[in-house]
Amino acid sequence: MSADEPTMSLEKPTISPGDNTMSADESSPPSPTRRTTMSPEDQHTQMLDPSRSQSPKSPQAAPSAPGNARANVSDGLAVKLEQLRAFYGDVAQVKGIDLDFHANEVTAIIGPSGCGKSTMVRCINRMHEEVPGARAEGKVLLDGSDIYDSSVDVVAVRRAIGMVFQKPNPFPTMSVFDNVAAGLRLASRGRGDLHNKVETALRGAGLWDEVKDRLSEAGAGLSGGQQQRLCIARSLAVEPEVILMDEPCSALDPIATLKIEELIDQLKSKVTIVIVTHNMQQAARVADRTAFMLSGELVEVGPTQQIFTNPNDSRTEEYVTGKFG
Amino acid sequence: MSTPAPAFERFSLTPRRRRKDRIARGAVVASTAIALVPLVLIVYYLLSKGLGSWSIKFFTTDPTGNTFFAASSIGGIKSAILGTIEMVALASAIAVPLGLGVAVWLVEYGKSSRFAHTVRFFIDVLTGVPSIMFGLFIYIALIVGTGTSYAAYKGAFALSLLMLPVVTRAAEVVLLLVPGSLRESALALGAPRWKVIFRIVLPTALPGLLTGILLAIARAAGETAPLLFTAGATMKTGFNLNGFMNSLPMQIYTDVTSPTTAVVNRAWGAALTLVVMILLLNLFARLLARRSSLR
Repeated sequence: MSADEPTMSLEKPTISPGDNTMSADESSPPSPTRRTTMSPEDQHTQMLDPSRSQSPKSPQAAPSAPGNARANVSDGLAVKLEQLRAFYGDVAQVKGIDLDFHANEVTAIIGPSGCGKSTMVRCINRMHEEVPGARAEGKVLLDGSDIYDSSVDVVAVRRAIGMVFQKPNPFPTMSVFDNVAAGLRLASRGRGDLHNKVETALRGAGLWDEVKDRLSEAGAGLSGGQQQRLCIARSLAVEPEVILMDEPCSALDPIATLKIEELIDQLKSKVTIVIVTHNMQQAARVADRTAFMLSGELVEVGPTQQIFTNPNDSRTEEYVTGKFG
Repeated sequence: MSTPAPAFERFSLTPRRRRKDRIARGAVVASTAIALVPLVLIVYYLLSKGLGSWSIKFFTTDPTGNTFFAASSIGGIKSAILGTIEMVALASAIAVPLGLGVAVWLVEYGKSSRFAHTVRFFIDVLTGVPSIMFGLFIYIALIVGTGTSYAAYKGAFALSLLMLPVVTRAAEVVLLLVPGSLRESALALGAPRWKVIFRIVLPTALPGLLTGILLAIARAAGETAPLLFTAGATMKTGFNLNGFMNSLPMQIYTDVTSPTTAVVNRAWGAALTLVVMILLLNLFARLLARRSSLR
């Protein structure tokens, strides 16, 4: 894994740290020796949570062969919510949230059912407005520019901010190959070396070795966990800067869940990840930072370790210790 | 609380329940049997009477009109077969894209807007309109209104009006069945809406759409009333869409009222031909749907 990373980082454009609030350490592109140059809080988390340190070293999770990884390289971008409100008809489901998602980090959103987690996340790539009667107010800044600006093309936003849904939903009429290629074809990026791009995306999703001999079989014929990784590969193929995951493991068994979690840990070197989860252990395992929401409002956000061990708000503490929810 | 009955008694099948079950089962079996009677009879009569008049000549010659002479001189139904194919093809070429377009608009764009509800209402009304009304409308609009005579394309217009609501309604139902999650994931990949419709929604719904389209085609192919005073009746094979044109239902309609046995038998032969044609079309479309469902 470490052998090909220097190649990857050569291709990466550097993000200017000036227009977001994160520290310079967090915004710099992942270095070849990412594991040894983690931010202090990251190291802290890793030391305290042994499950996190295992995943990147797991052999089947190694993403790709040298040379193939380069085509899919793109850096994550920071996302910033400013007074975001989301409505279904007249009912406010998200009631004014300010929140930063740091580039190339995993941010978990936790909170009880119906607290607006999914709605909030769906606002980030403007999928919320696809629901009849739904609308959003406020700002969502992707790398400093507001994606709710009237001059913004929704389609372009969604190419930059991909989404993985709760239930695996490969396109039923398409083969494994076509499912991944669909991302490119639908986004008019199907030209060029399609096969190479598909392979890269499948490797990126840790699925290549399992499906390389059945690329022409139906995508819906894979197991649930494979289908979900196929959906992740489909999102990766268009090289987004941010991936939103709306409870990606809630329909999967523990083994498949573990694979997705390992995958998330690898992917954050390339993309910013926002994951909604009902599973607090999952948030503790995968997230660098965790945000706790309650009835449409953000209660607290901070380093995962702090949220779970020493939260500032008593409601957060009650939720993470299982007093309600 | 009383003590529960011994297991044996608690779970034993009472004669009363057994009787009820027999009656209910008998009733549904009887309904099925009764419904099968006309179906079987139709197939039986079609085959026994229709097959007799089938021959190479039957399919390769036009009706002669010499109905009072020997059975061998009355001619076949070539013009009727070709006429039906031509007019139904033209009608489908008009109604299928139009109907699919309306259905896509209703499902993907109109949704539950007031205008969409109005459109749905009128489509439902159209579905219930007797087929002769479509013929009458075309007759008044395109024949009386323009002072011209019967023509094949006018018959096809009448058929397409008949097909339009059938195609639209069937397609709408099928498109609604396409899971919203597929649309969402395609949109989330950064696909423009038209691509989501053409690449994801329509292919996913294809088998159902084909069934709906076939239903409409089969219905149009079997209609006599819209053709009665739009396409006229003729004996000759024609390829001029602006001239009179024969069709299988018209052929059956005129033949079956003839006093000559051979001509009545030709009606049976024509009816069997029509059924077989629709059956073949159906099989063909199913094969197509199966092959396209996974490349």
